[in-house]
Amino acid sequence: MRRLHVWLLVVLVLISGAAVVESCAQAPPPQAEAASIAPSAGQLQGQVEKLQQQVAEARGAGDNAWLLVSSALVLMMTGPGLALFYGGLVRRKNVLATMMQSFTLMALITVMWALFGYSLAFSSGSRFMGGLDYVFLRGVGGLPDADYAATIPAQTFMVFQLMFAIITPALITGAFAERMKFSAMVLFTVLWSLIVYSPMAHMVWGKGGLLNAALGGAFPTLDFAGGTVVHITSGVSALVCALYLGRRLGFPKEPMRPHSVVLSVIGACLLWVGWFGFNAGSALAAGSLATSAFVATHFAAAAAALGWAGAEWIRNGKPSVLGAVSGGVAGLVAITPASGFVAPMPALAIGLIAGVVCYLMVTKVKGKFGYDDSLDAFGVHGAGGTVGALLTGVFASSAINPLFKDGQGHSLAMGLLEGNARQLLNQGVGTVIAWVLAIVGSLVILTVVDRLVGLRVPDEHEIQGLDLSQHGEEGYNWET
Amino acid sequence: MTKVEAIIQPSKLDLIKEALREIGVDGMTVSEVRGHGRQKGHTEVYRGSEYTVDLLPKIKLEMVLPDSRVDAAVQTILKTAKTGRIGDGKIFLSKVDEAIRIRNEEHGEAAL
Repeated sequence: MRRLHVWLLVVLVLISGAAVVESCAQAPPPQAEAASIAPSAGQLQGQVEKLQQQVAEARGAGDNAWLLVSSALVLMMTGPGLALFYGGLVRRKNVLATMMQSFTLMALITVMWALFGYSLAFSSGSRFMGGLDYVFLRGVGGLPDADYAATIPAQTFMVFQLMFAIITPALITGAFAERMKFSAMVLFTVLWSLIVYSPMAHMVWGKGGLLNAALGGAFPTLDFAGGTVVHITSGVSALVCALYLGRRLGFPKEPMRPHSVVLSVIGACLLWVGWFGFNAGSALAAGSLATSAFVATHFAAAAAALGWAGAEWIRNGKPSVLGAVSGGVAGLVAITPASGFVAPMPALAIGLIAGVVCYLMVTKVKGKFGYDDSLDAFGVHGAGGTVGALLTGVFASSAINPLFKDGQGHSLAMGLLEGNARQLLNQGVGTVIAWVLAIVGSLVILTVVDRLVGLRVPDEHEIQGLDLSQHGEEGYNWET
Repeated sequence: MTKVEAIIQPSKLDLIKEALREIGVDGMTVSEVRGHGRQKGHTEVYRGSEYTVDLLPKIKLEMVLPDSRVDAAVQTILKTAKTGRIGDGKIFLSKVDEAIRIRNEEHGEAAL
């Protein structure tokens, strides 16, 4: 980057020089005093500075444009992406309630984020949690926050991060689908966002965070776009929710087929596309790192879709559509922490591994333990996130993203394959902290919410379906 | 008057409808139904969970005909609906006492 600046300066000087020469050429005869025509060193310096500023502004505009588009893409992952993906997997009587959970979070977390969430995640505070500097978005405006992203307005960074805060609790809803009270869901996700999400985001990405790899955390954990912050926290919390709430009535005896795999396919495809904003946007600039993350993301999704569908084909004799799209999502989950650190070939490997591991988690392990993680939020996000977080420590490459530097600014080894075995340990520390925070935080919140409003709907409401009992509507009114 | 009820494979509906029209049967009621006879259902697998689906989608044709035309209609349905495999469906015949056209209150075969 520094070399680029030097070159830029040289080019600018040359251009200005050329301009000077030209103005000299048009100047009156040589007998006139040269000094009065040629600009002084000070003027030249001023011109160079002006040009430099224009270049910086142009770059800032490009970065900002990409980050705004990325923010919109990430919001699209929750609604309609996740809403459709989950909505298709439930029974017909619960389709609206399930979509409503995702949609509600788009509104609910936005308000929480503006009031406290952003501050608790991203302002300076302790190693575990942000402070109150940005409460009510005080001071979060058009100027960049150089600690996070030097070329985009702090407000862009804030809104981009908000979209992550929205989708994370929305992922959990897959575990308690078809049986949780709407009021309990609202309370749970609000508290979860403040007690689990914001602290985890602060530890990994916030100024002074314990695990922050870019800003000198004690255990630098590589998490480019939220493997620990988003997927492990949500996936593990999902498991806790599934265990705490208990199984749906009739599970596993009664058939609970997805009512529309079609909706799920559309949702999964929207998730895939939206994930480019999630991961490539996490470069926080529109440069080559964004491209690298984009490519890694895409390749991992592809390999994982093939991995899951292939495993199914071998074991069941048929590659299912739901399997293929679930695999794609599992690959996207696993590449999330690694996306800005790995080359395309490791991305393929991460995707393939995640596809097969998540397939086994969902089809074998879940059956063995008998918990009812209705839509496999843990099997895909918890397992995929953990696989991704650990493999990031294996495949991270200084050629892709030289984040670790020595005192002289020389880049150091990143992952295990480059000889930095310690990184795998750090990834493990980050992973364990995410698991523990998710388990303890979710348990506490579930207990509180259970006392306050009760978690489950009454049996007759569950049988009737949540669409009618919670919202007074039905998803499909065929006869009208 | 006789009511002809035919449970058929959904894919055969258009062929049968066409063939019946050719022999002059131009009124019928069609419903989408589910059921099973000797045909076994199938298994569906969603994320490793197996579901046995034994009620299969079928089409039910209903038409009430003058007795003189029943045989031709039955023969036509048999010819077009038959594949020779389990699941082709069934035809039921039953006597109908009366038919009334709501528009002009015509009775009997005139209402068909």
